[in-house]
Amino acid sequence: MNWRRVGALILRYTFLYTRSMPRILEMFFWPVMDLLVWGFVTMYLLKAGKAVPSYITFLIGSMIFWDILYRSQQAITISFLEDVWARNLLNIFVAPIRVSEFIAATYAVGFVKIMVIVALLTVLAFSLYSFNLFIMGISLIPLFVNLLLMGWAIGMMTTALIVRLGQSAEALAWGIPFLIQPVCAVFYPLSILPKWLQPVSLAIPATHVFEGMRQVLENKGMPVGHLWAAFGLNLLYLAAGALIFSRMFQVARRKGLLAKLGTQ
Amino acid sequence: MWYRTCTRLNWCKLMSEAIVQVERLRKEFDGTVAVADVSFDVRRGEIVGVLGPNGAGKTTTIQVLLGLTTPTAGTVRVFGQDLEKHRIEILQRCNFSSAYTGLPSNLKVWENLLVFSMIYGAKGWREKVEQLLALFEITHLRGKITGHLSSGESTRVNLCKALLNDPELLMLDEPTASLDPDIADKVRKLLRRVQHEKGTTMIYTSHNMRDVEEVCDRVLFMHKGRIIAEGAPRQVVEKFQQNSLEEVFIRVARGGDLLGEVAE
Repeated sequence: MNWRRVGALILRYTFLYTRSMPRILEMFFWPVMDLLVWGFVTMYLLKAGKAVPSYITFLIGSMIFWDILYRSQQAITISFLEDVWARNLLNIFVAPIRVSEFIAATYAVGFVKIMVIVALLTVLAFSLYSFNLFIMGISLIPLFVNLLLMGWAIGMMTTALIVRLGQSAEALAWGIPFLIQPVCAVFYPLSILPKWLQPVSLAIPATHVFEGMRQVLENKGMPVGHLWAAFGLNLLYLAAGALIFSRMFQVARRKGLLAKLGTQ
Repeated sequence: MWYRTCTRLNWCKLMSEAIVQVERLRKEFDGTVAVADVSFDVRRGEIVGVLGPNGAGKTTTIQVLLGLTTPTAGTVRVFGQDLEKHRIEILQRCNFSSAYTGLPSNLKVWENLLVFSMIYGAKGWREKVEQLLALFEITHLRGKITGHLSSGESTRVNLCKALLNDPELLMLDEPTASLDPDIADKVRKLLRRVQHEKGTTMIYTSHNMRDVEEVCDRVLFMHKGRIIAEGAPRQVVEKFQQNSLEEVFIRVARGGDLLGEVAE
């Protein structure tokens, strides 16, 4: 790993994101819109039904947590697509940049972007709906890290598919996370899912994070079991993501797809 | 006198050093042969044109040399090292420019050049960038957004990027494709000057035969995945008993009896 090259790529993303107003707006627009919708739904449920438990506020927490997962996946995939759109991919592929350096730079940029978005959402959620993300205490950190890791793993797999299938598959960048959303118990507990689907759901790290988050919000203590399960699964997913990316990169080189992707 | 003789001898020795050695290179895509057992050398300091009509295999050959595509069979050695095993070390000493690639469009010209200076580890980037911008007569574009440049200006910025690391081997894909005749002429002369002053080896593809006749010391004429002629542009023209490379190109592209004549 050459840190000078990683630094160069981070600098490039910094120029890219600080220069472009549409990119800055895009970064904040959807999370803020989501927060407004879910925030008002939560307020409505709290006012409308006395039977609804007070921990219904987890909807806002779920929304913020889902955004962490989604944005960390996007950070990897969109960073890659930025080079495709700029027809710069060929310059990157023929430069002395290792795949690991490229990925490290996208991880770093993704991390900073997510921290900025989460900070904004936390402030907005607190000021608009009195939802304090920090009531989760120290559990917040491992839950956050696990979502970040899962987002990176999915990001790598999605990018691998785009490398293999070409630019026409770029819709996957936005679609793939929503494929797993219904299964990983984001806005409802795992018990709501059909029995046969629950083992599938438990094989997804995010399920453990969201179950863990609800456990914390119900004041049932730190979800140690869920956290370890999520962490173990994330290691597997990250290894699989790296393997798939490496494999697809080799297939793309064998089939001459890299040059096509770089000049499409 | 003695010194001059020695210098000349050293130069001759350097010129005879093959820095690209391609042996029995073969590339098939799903059973279709794109390059058929091609062998050639490129000696240090020479400019070699790779020519041929569409489908001749020149783009695939260049892609293999850039490490973008893996060969089906055969070996490629650059600077005496196997390209597959030492890709990053080799790419550190090379660079590439194409009329069909771009640089991130919302970065300023100097920002793009800074990023690539860092990637290639070019020392004294400020002076280097200034020198190159002056060389290509685009100093006034330093602070412009890359996406706002004309295609001719972009091509020259790309060429600046390609010379940032003083590459020993420079691969140029149609470098004058979008330039007006005046600028194209200047670029050709500049490339010759770079070759003369720095001893840069260049591999050059173009559909502009005048470019090739003016710039290249030697050409590899490809047709249907094979090299059908090799030598100085004048020698190739004489070999095919035509008046110019353009005539050779047209005759080969139209698959006339030219190939039969050569075979005889």
